[in-house]
Amino acid sequence: MLLFLLFAAVAVGASLMVVLGRNPMHSVLLLIVSFAALAAIYVGLDAPFAAVVQIIIYAGAIMVLFLFVVMLLNAHTEDEGAAGPTPAGKPLVAGVAVAAALVLELAWALARTRGTSGRTGGGGADASVLQSVRELGGVLYRDYSLAFEVTSILILVAMVGAVVLARRES
Amino acid sequence: MIPLYVAQFGIVLAVFVALLLAAAVMVYSERKVAGLIQQRYGPYLVGPKGILQPFADVFKLIFKESLRPAAADTILFYAAPILSATAAFAAFAVVPFGAETTLFGLLKEPIRLQVADVNVAVLVVFAITSISIYGIVLAGWSSNSKYSLLGALRSASQMISYELSYGVSLASVLVVAGSLSLTEIVDAQQGTWLGFVPRWFVFLQPLGFVIFMIAGVAETNRSPFDFPEAEQELVAGYHTEYSSTPFMMFFLAEYINMVTTAAVATDLFLGGWHGPFLPESLGWIWFLIKTGAILFFYIWMRWTLPRLRYDQLMQFGWKVMLPLAALNLILTAAGVIYLGN
Repeated sequence: MLLFLLFAAVAVGASLMVVLGRNPMHSVLLLIVSFAALAAIYVGLDAPFAAVVQIIIYAGAIMVLFLFVVMLLNAHTEDEGAAGPTPAGKPLVAGVAVAAALVLELAWALARTRGTSGRTGGGGADASVLQSVRELGGVLYRDYSLAFEVTSILILVAMVGAVVLARRES
Repeated sequence: MIPLYVAQFGIVLAVFVALLLAAAVMVYSERKVAGLIQQRYGPYLVGPKGILQPFADVFKLIFKESLRPAAADTILFYAAPILSATAAFAAFAVVPFGAETTLFGLLKEPIRLQVADVNVAVLVVFAITSISIYGIVLAGWSSNSKYSLLGALRSASQMISYELSYGVSLASVLVVAGSLSLTEIVDAQQGTWLGFVPRWFVFLQPLGFVIFMIAGVAETNRSPFDFPEAEQELVAGYHTEYSSTPFMMFFLAEYINMVTTAAVATDLFLGGWHGPFLPESLGWIWFLIKTGAILFFYIWMRWTLPRLRYDQLMQFGWKVMLPLAALNLILTAAGVIYLGN
């Protein structure tokens, strides 16, 4: 419990600093810290596989690409214009609406899971299934094989699209 | 009788000291072997046969002034070497290097010669390797120097490209062994075929072993893949602006990463601590011999082969290594399904 609170605090704190920080490079790194804290929470939930995959895919692969983009754009600080006081008018209204929707959604999700004997995220697969990589593979390729394949094709299409768009410019 | 936690603490300390010593031994043998290959003597002044040279180097580096470019990002500039060294040490924590032992009867229950027995050990090594890229990238970016930045970009793109074939060749071993735990993978290689051929996975996965070794060299930024620090083009690459102890930490991390890669290759392909003539409790001697042989191969390669061109490196990584690794994985999976284990 103490470890959970510690890592949860790190994850929330780092995430807040990602949004509030002025240096994009530091934001990217703090996001990695936040992912690492999430991975530690997964270990606490007896899901070491999910934790390691979180590090390999999110912290290891995706964030390196983010880092590349930020490094190559050489964006040392955000534009001075954006660093002014809180935005007024339409952006403010939109922001408040989105925030309210998110808070409502979170409250609804928490209220819903309270009833199911403390176990969070109660979908089809419970925690004991996720422990074993073998069973995770079985669930993924047997029960959810259609969704899995469709997602793969979607990502492939996105990749081909990105290549086509990048080629057209030159 | 020693309590269990004292023994475990002892193992952690022993691994830490052994890794530091291994880095020193590697630096010495690298320079000595380089000397032999180039018909020179190598270091011979400090201590008998120059054996104290690495320690002299360390003291020299510690007493140097630590310089920092004026426009550098202070926090990241000092965080980068720490991240590199920490990741290098952390990766070895899940690598088993010997069978269960009672330390010559000092313990009631046998313990594993391993810092942490994680059941997804292979993936943990892989995850920490992917994190260690950040040490190099951050060093290059925070130095605010063109050579450092170019070195870091090259290093990151090289490591991402070769990490794929590294991971896929690793996966084919996992398919054969049917486990993600390094300890179980080593135990699956116990015994012999026909009485004399050891059941090492290198004989089941020759292509996987070659791909793993090549990708390992690229991952540790060693010659012939040492573009991140190609001295003729980039001064020293990502650590151009570093001096004194921060530089030493990059140096240390590089050599420890080599030791870890060699140790993982030993566990995955060469049967870990299993070998003839020695009792199981002294298996760590076999482990040292095998790891040492792989490390010698790395040194040998560095001083024999010239550096590739950068486009050749990328072509080779994406168009040769990755398809071969994928083919190997598909064939292995088919073989396991149709032939059984």
